[in-house]
Formats: sequence, C-alpha cells, structure tokens
Amino acid sequence: MSQLNNDGRSSVSFILNGNPVTGYAEPRMLLTDFLREEMGLTEIHVGCEHGVCGACTIRMDGLPARACLTFAIQAEGHRIDTVQSLAQPSGVLSDLQLAFRKHHALQCGYCTPGILMSSSAFLEINHDPSEEEVRDMLSGHLCRCTGYVGMVRAILEVARNRISA
Amino acid sequence: MKHEVHVGKHVGRPMERVEDAQLLAGQALFCGDMPERDGTLQAAILRSPHAHAEILSIDTSEALLQPGVEAILTGKEIKEDSDPFLIVLRQPMDQWSLATDRVRFVGEAVAVVVAKDRYLAEDALDYIKVVYKPLPIALHPLEAAKDGAPLVHPAVGSNVVSTRHFSYGEPDKAFAEADRVVELTIDYPRNSQTPLEGYVVLADYRREEQVYDVQSNFQGPFTVHPVMSKALRVKGPQLRMRSPAFSGGGFGVKQAMFPYVVLMCIASRRVGRPVKWVEDRLEHLTAAIAAPNRIIRGQAAVMNDGKVIGFRFEQLDDYGAYLRPPMPGPLYRQHGIMTGGYDVKHMTITNRLVMTNKTPSGMVRGFGGPQIYYAIERLMQTVAVELGMDHLDLIRKNLIPAGSFPYRAAAGALIDSGDYQMALEIATRDGKLDELKGRREKARAEGRLYGIGYAVVVEPAQSNMGYLSTINTVEERHKAGPKGGNVAYCTVNVDALGGVSLTADSLPQGQGHATVLSQIVADELGIEPHDIVCNMERDTQRDPWSIATGNYSSRFSSATAPAARLAARKIRAKMAKIAAHFLKVSPDKIDFSEGKIFAIEDPQKTLRFSRVAGTAHWSPGELPPDMEPGMCEIGVWSAPELEPPNDADQINTSLTYGFVFDYCGVEIDRDTGEVNIDRYVTMHDSGKLLNPLLADGQVYGGFAWGVGAALREEFVYGEDGSFLSGTFADYLCPTACEVPEPLILHMESPSPFTPLGAKGIAEGNVMSTPVCIANAVADATGIRDLRLPLTPAKVAALIQGQEPARPKGNQATPPMELSDRGIRGQGTAFVAAAPELVWQTLVDPDQLARVIPGCHKMELVGPGSYRAEMSLGVGIVRGRFEARVSLTDLNPPKSAVISGSLEGPLGSSSGSGNVRLVAVEGGTRISYDYGFDISGKVAAVGGRMLDGAARVLMSQFFQRLGSLTEGPGKISAAPPSWWQRLLKLLGIAR
Repeated sequence: MSQLNNDGRSSVSFILNGNPVTGYAEPRMLLTDFLREEMGLTEIHVGCEHGVCGACTIRMDGLPARACLTFAIQAEGHRIDTVQSLAQPSGVLSDLQLAFRKHHALQCGYCTPGILMSSSAFLEINHDPSEEEVRDMLSGHLCRCTGYVGMVRAILEVARNRISA
Repeated sequence: MKHEVHVGKHVGRPMERVEDAQLLAGQALFCGDMPERDGTLQAAILRSPHAHAEILSIDTSEALLQPGVEAILTGKEIKEDSDPFLIVLRQPMDQWSLATDRVRFVGEAVAVVVAKDRYLAEDALDYIKVVYKPLPIALHPLEAAKDGAPLVHPAVGSNVVSTRHFSYGEPDKAFAEADRVVELTIDYPRNSQTPLEGYVVLADYRREEQVYDVQSNFQGPFTVHPVMSKALRVKGPQLRMRSPAFSGGGFGVKQAMFPYVVLMCIASRRVGRPVKWVEDRLEHLTAAIAAPNRIIRGQAAVMNDGKVIGFRFEQLDDYGAYLRPPMPGPLYRQHGIMTGGYDVKHMTITNRLVMTNKTPSGMVRGFGGPQIYYAIERLMQTVAVELGMDHLDLIRKNLIPAGSFPYRAAAGALIDSGDYQMALEIATRDGKLDELKGRREKARAEGRLYGIGYAVVVEPAQSNMGYLSTINTVEERHKAGPKGGNVAYCTVNVDALGGVSLTADSLPQGQGHATVLSQIVADELGIEPHDIVCNMERDTQRDPWSIATGNYSSRFSSATAPAARLAARKIRAKMAKIAAHFLKVSPDKIDFSEGKIFAIEDPQKTLRFSRVAGTAHWSPGELPPDMEPGMCEIGVWSAPELEPPNDADQINTSLTYGFVFDYCGVEIDRDTGEVNIDRYVTMHDSGKLLNPLLADGQVYGGFAWGVGAALREEFVYGEDGSFLSGTFADYLCPTACEVPEPLILHMESPSPFTPLGAKGIAEGNVMSTPVCIANAVADATGIRDLRLPLTPAKVAALIQGQEPARPKGNQATPPMELSDRGIRGQGTAFVAAAPELVWQTLVDPDQLARVIPGCHKMELVGPGSYRAEMSLGVGIVRGRFEARVSLTDLNPPKSAVISGSLEGPLGSSSGSGNVRLVAVEGGTRISYDYGFDISGKVAAVGGRMLDGAARVLMSQFFQRLGSLTEGPGKISAAPPSWWQRLLKLLGIAR
C-alpha cells in the first residue's frame, strides 16, 4: 500500500504498455486524467466520464476496463495497456488496425482507441465470433459517426484471417 | 456552367483514408491534446439549477478563498468586458456569455471559476452562493406562444419573436378546387447527434498585441467570427481562431460553442494567463445545444386520383431561451425546398419562432430537414391512407417528372439534376421490395404487427449564405443589401523539390476531407494521393477564410472540393506553361502522369515534376515571360446559382439537391412495443461520388443517427423545466445492437452546377430515416399520430392502450402538489425514547443538525424556521446545499409539518412532510410521509436513483435520531418484540 505524501498525493507504479512507470496522484484522481495529464497519453479519450460511451477503454491486466471509472491509484501494481500496445514498436499497425482502415471503421476516430482495446481483448477470447457476438461486444461502446458497419466487418475479417493463418 | 463529369485516376474511386494511420495509432491530436503554455489555468462553469429565475445576488467570496482558485467571473465582469452577442432579429433579447440578471434555462452558465486544475476549479463551484428568485416558466411551445404566457424575454412583449407568411402560386385556388384536404400535425422532439468529444476552448489573451489567440474545436460557419469579435470589442484579426486538424465529431453541434470562446477570452484577459475549458458530458447534454423541437400543422390539397396540388405548412419552431446566431437557421434552411420531392406548385408557409425556458436550439445535422420531412412524408402517408391508395403509388403520382431538371420548386429551390422515377425503379428492384411485401403478408397472416414505410427526401447541400435573410421582409432586405453565395478556399503549394501540400477551409469533423482533397489534386497533377500532405488545421490570422468557412450543410463536395480543383488546375496550368517553355511545345500539348510532365505528342520530351516546380523557386529568371514566381495557388469558389432571395420571397436555399428514397420493413413486438427494423433500403443520388467508401460512411452514420432519433433519443424536460437527460444512460444513443446494416444503393446524376458534378450526401438519412421508420410503424399499427422517439413504452401504450392507474392503497394524501416526477414516500420508525425527548431533538437546531445526514451547520432564523448547510449526493452527483426548513402546525409532542427547500449548485428541491409521534411501549413510533420536487443537476443525472436515495436518507435520519435520543443501536422499524422485551427483563439485552 503506497503512502500519501505531504502534498496529498501518493506514488503509483504500474506497467504501462510494457514499461514500468511511476507517477503521483491524489486519491481522487481518475485514471483517465492521470494517463493524459501525468503520463502524456493523448490516446486516452474522455467521452462521458460515467462509463457508458467506452471511449476511454484501456486493458487492465488484459481485460478491458473504463479508465474513467478507475482511480489512478487502483492501477498500482497492474499492467495497463492502451492502443499504443497494438502496433509493432516500428510503427507497423496490427492486423486489427489495418482492417479498421480498410473497412472505413472510423470517421472522427475519437471512439476508436477504446473500441480497439475492447476488440483486441475480445478476439483473444473469442477466435471465431458470430456477427451477433461482435455486435454484442461493440455495444459497450458508442460511435456517433459510422453506424458500426465497418467495425463489424473489420473484426469478423480479422477473426477469419487469423484462423486461416 | 457546362455540364462535365469528371472521373479521374483517383477521384470517384474507393480509397483508404489518409487520416487513419494517426487515428488508429492513437497519435492524432484533438483539441484537448494540443500543447498548453506553462501556467495555463483550467476553468469550470457554475450553471443554473432553475429554468427561469432572477439572480438576486452572487457571493463568490468564500469560493475565492478555496485552494488553487485564481479568479471567478460572473455576469458583472462579462458586462464590463464585452458587448451582447449580435442576433439575427431586431428584438430586445440581449445575451452574454454568462447570465447577467436572470437565468432562462437549466444549465445556463452563471459563473466561471479559473483555477490551477480542473479538480480545484470544480471544488470551488460549491462555494459560490447564488440567490435566485424562481419565476414562472414557458416550457411547451404551444403554451409559450399564447398571450399571457410567462415571458422568456419580457422586453420583447411576446415569446413569439418572429412571424412570417409566405405564399407561392395560387394556394387558395388549389385548396378550393381540391377534392379533399388532408391534415396532419406533427410534434418533432428535441435531440442532437452529440459528438463524443465535447467543446474545448483554450484562450490566450496576448496583452501586448491585444490579440485573443484561441484554439478550439469550433467547426464554423465563420459567420459567427464577427459576432465573437464584436462581443469582445476587437477587430476581426485580433480574434485569432485556430482549429486542429482532428475533431471528435461535429454534426453541426460544435458551431454553438462560440459563447464559451468569448467567455474564456475574457477569463484569460482577466487573469493574464491562458485559460482552458473542456466541456463534460453533463454540460454538453444539458446546455450545449439541441435541434429545435417543432410543431408543424400540414395540409395537402388532394385530388381523388392522388395528385397533390397544394400544401399548407404552419410551423412553430422552439428556439429555447436564446436566439444564438445563425438561429433561426433550421426554420429557413430548407425553405426553398418545402415541397420536397413533389411537383406541387401551390403552397403557403407560416413560420413562427417561439422562445421557451429550454436550452437554446442550434445547428444539428439535417438542420431543419428532419422536422420538415417528418411533416411532409407523414402527411403523404396519411393522404395515401385516406385515399385508400398504395403509399408508393401516391409517391410516384406526385414526384417531380424526369426530364424537368433543373427544376424550379415553388419556394425557389433550383433542383439541379436527378431522375426520381429511375431511382425508385432501381431501389424497388435491387432492394427487393416485392420480397419485403411478401414478408409483411406472411407476418400479418400469422397475426404479427408488421409494416412497410417509405420516405422521399430531396437532400440539399451547400447553403446559400443569404437564405436566412428570407426571414426579413422584402423591404428590410432591400435596406440591408443582398446576401447570397458561399465562398470556399483551398490552397495548393508545391515546394522546391516538388513536394505538394494543401490547406482547405472545410474544418473536417471526421468525414475524410483530406482523403478526397488529395484524390482531386493527385488527379490534376499526375501524382499519387499519398504524395500529398493535407494540413486541415485552420488559422484565421494566417489562412484565407470567409464567413462561409467551416463544416456544415454538407458543403464540402460542392464547395471546398471545387476550390481544391481550381487551385490544382492553376498549379497545373502554371507548371504546364513552364514545361512547355522548356520543351518548346504549346502548353495545351502538355500532360502530367506518374510524377512526370511531358509533351503529349512526343513523350520522350519529359521533365520531372520536381524539376519544373524547382524552377519557380530557384530560378524565377528562367520562367516564361510575365509569369509570377513561386508555386502556390489559391482556389476560390462560389457558385453563381446561389442568388439572394427575390421579391417574391423565393430563395434557392442550396446549391445542389440530391435525392434519397428509403423504404423499410419493421415488426413491432406486441408485448414490449419494441420496434425492430427487419430490413432497410436506402437509395441515393448524390451526383458524382468522389469516394464511394466515404459516401457510404456518411450514409451509414446518418442512418444510425436516424435510427436513434426514430426510436430512442430525446432531450426530456420536467414540467418545472428541469432537464432529465443528463447522462448517456438517460439520453440513449443506439449501439451496434440497435443499428442494423442498411442496404445502400446509388445512382449518379451529376450536378451541372459543381465542377466535379458532386452533391452532398451527409444529411439525407437523418431526414429520411426517422420518418421512414415512423411510416412503417403507421403502416403496421394504423396509428396516425406518432411522436418520436418511438420507444417501447410509447409504442406499447399506443397498441395496448394506457396502463391502468396504480391501485389506490392506504397511502396518505400527498402533502403537496407534485409533478409526475416528484418523489413521494412514507414509512414508520421506532425510537426507544419518549415522544417528548424525540420532539425536543426535532426542534433544537443543534440536535437536529446532528440528526440530518450530511448537515454541517444549522441555525435558527425565526420561530420554527431553520437555515442549514449540508452535503448530499445521489449517484455520481455530490455537492453542497443550503437548506431552509420550517416547522409548522406544531402539536407538541404529537405532530408537525416540515416544509422547506434545498438550494445548491447541483440543483434545487422543495417539498414537505408530515411527522407524527405516538407513544408506544418502550419508546415512540414515528410515522412520516413526504413529497418533494427536484431540479438541476441532481434531476438531470440522478432521476433513476432518487427514490432509493430518499429512502436511504430517511433511514439514516431515523437511525441518527435513535442514536441521539437513546444511545446507539436503538432504532428499528418496529417496536421491540415480546422476545426482546423478555430478554431485556432478564437483563440479557439492554
């Protein structure tokens, strides 16, 4: 259990996209604000701050989680992954990201990092999903631009390609 | 303009988006991600909990003492530093960026705290003390429009601030000659497409330059730039508006942020540092904007054969509390095309504009179209029902005939091109309408509720900047001078090594403009789209802009895209001339391909693209005589067809008019009332498609919002004007499970008025889909009056009849008149103390303070009258309140009536309750009932949780009362049982 400093902040250490990081956060600080303000991760998008829209979704120990419903200090000792974890270190995009591009699965792109996090976790568990299952997974996210069509196509295509690979 | 279809190597082809790599990697910078100067402060806004109230006083002294707070601004400072915003009408309805003497809607900005960080700024909001005197409200447009209604702007003398009558052709004659007149009134709800990224403003007042440097995700149109600069009392160039290349969705909504731009400018000037404000979701839903709700009484003059010969439309459009420019745009934006897709020559329109105590209306995708097409297409479906005709046959009978384009519609629209009959033929054939009819037949035979709906929409694009002057009379227009056109800019630059970059004025909100611009320029210059760098940022101090600059009215394809081609063609002409000079051929014998410039008749004569570009930079002396050096060209485009309104009040409101024909099959669950879309077909003729994948993306997105508007989305207000849709758990956006994939079909009738033949495509489905679904529900149920959204509860009530009233129990009469949302409750509790002791506790302020949950302080302010400070929370909303409580009808120690009110930044509440004390063995039985109304933020986000929260508070109250009067643990809902009394007697229990 980390100690509070005299400025009311406590140290928080976790593995962020594969690298150990340490920062300082007030107990009330949200993980969204911590990742954006303290860690400089602008891919954390804040859409509603009440857990409905899913734009801020990250993976915590592999499972999708809402960063806006998580306090920064809850990340202590965990593994946190953002959309940066998907592409190769050289910058080559993952099959999922490329499929999103191919199928125009994004327009403004604000919801996209969160959706990629849920989708990547989903495809690890469900290797051969039906369209209904993909839509059910996507229903944890709001996209106001695309009508979800491109995303469904992209995710199903990635699943098929991974099976045949 | 001569008609020309342009198909290039890249234009017209599906292509991946050049924007996507950054977005997919999470590296695109949105406005909230832009670098901030050191010392940037963060703002939080205090908002009105009342729909209508006088502001009696604002005390910021305690808030200013809170940690990290640098400044607090109220209406007083705003009036000192700015002028009221200009509005479209000459009416005394001044508005500033903060409320001054009164608030007119729940969520109106009242004060702004500027602090070291957002957390501290929000903390300080709780310490601002505002005393309001609530006023009667005008809520429903029809009520608000009546004489004697409470006035939103008393100086105007009426809530109806504009009325205009229009007459086209010979409507009286048409209605006299008609075989019958069919009438339908519709009431379109308030909604918005709610972009996922809210408003962001970062304002930095540069004192020495006297420049307000603003970064924001404002989407235009820049008609409001002069509105902002005039409010700030500066010349245009002193208000520098910068927009990043990426924005998290716009849908028109990000036009209405301009009051916040001014507010943060003033805040920055006051504190001498940059100030940033990021809107949160509650603020957005409550106070950003809504498409106007509108009541339209429509009449059709109909012949027995189904021919419609006249229309009458009486529109009452609700703009909420303030008329923010360019409002009342939605009431006039579609004016020229009010006959829809039909060949109807005679029409009257009456437009009335009403103010109410709701969030101001503004720009939302569709911009008045969803409202109007809901009226026209519901009316046409009703005509078909009344005539006993097939709806589709009626549509066919009345469509504008093929071969009559360009067609001048009754109210002035010059419809550029189309073949509506052909579109219907393709859609019914390729969408398999016959099969859908078979599904309906089968479903009905099985006793299921199934219906088919149709909708026809003429989709306007690129607004005529003069359309809004139609609201003024002919005489007023003559005095003010003509307004029309829509000026677009694109700049193409070729550097010394042949690198091509461009900027444009379209402020993309996710549509992929950079992709299309690179396709257009690549075709002209014989290079690849990925070779072109598109910088979609905009900076009013650096880039060319006009009032028309921005992202709205689907103007990109017909405004910015042609400007890009003009700019690229200028570059091409210049480079061709240079190459011709070197190659000793005529410039018209030069072509561009694969990064080379060559003589058409002798391809051996070739120059590298980079070599030709370099000449203009390195050796201007080598250029052909009379040629300007450099290689940068601006394309400027405004279509001549966008003329000002004429003296007959006809206005060509848009440059291009696409065509949309939709049909769908829906099945309604008889038990739940849920409307399920079985199949949806949407046929589009948007002229030449510049990138079919992007075009489909616009259709899918517009359709998804159309489904939301049809079935789920509405901004709901309580009878007291409180806002009840403050979260995404209350304002229901459709998810992937609720949006089926529609079948999209295309045909291309190129526009003769745009150089690329393209029209807009982004707004058609937000106009067609809501009414198409409603028409299907009407077909399934035979019900005529359908108000969106068609939620399961609403549809169930329509098909099953209203639920019977709750059976009367032994509940006491509610202590006060409550609205439907009022919280009521009752209960009993037992306290192990004599009634006299309990009574003493209840009337002693110090004791009572310890009993009331969350109470910090309580003081006696008069006989039986208390003032208290307390912290309360419901769900995610917690905050400080001031309570005023009085005890009346005192009958010690037996009964009392407690009444009072709560007031705080999060909302207000008033109510009363009865308390009765009865001595029973071992103590006192307390029975109570209560009822209260609630408004403000608590109502907006906590509505679903209020009953539970009230019960918890009550039980805490009696628990504490029990502890205080008798010591801990002595409270239960019932007197002690005989078993407990026995244990007590035996000394086993206390």
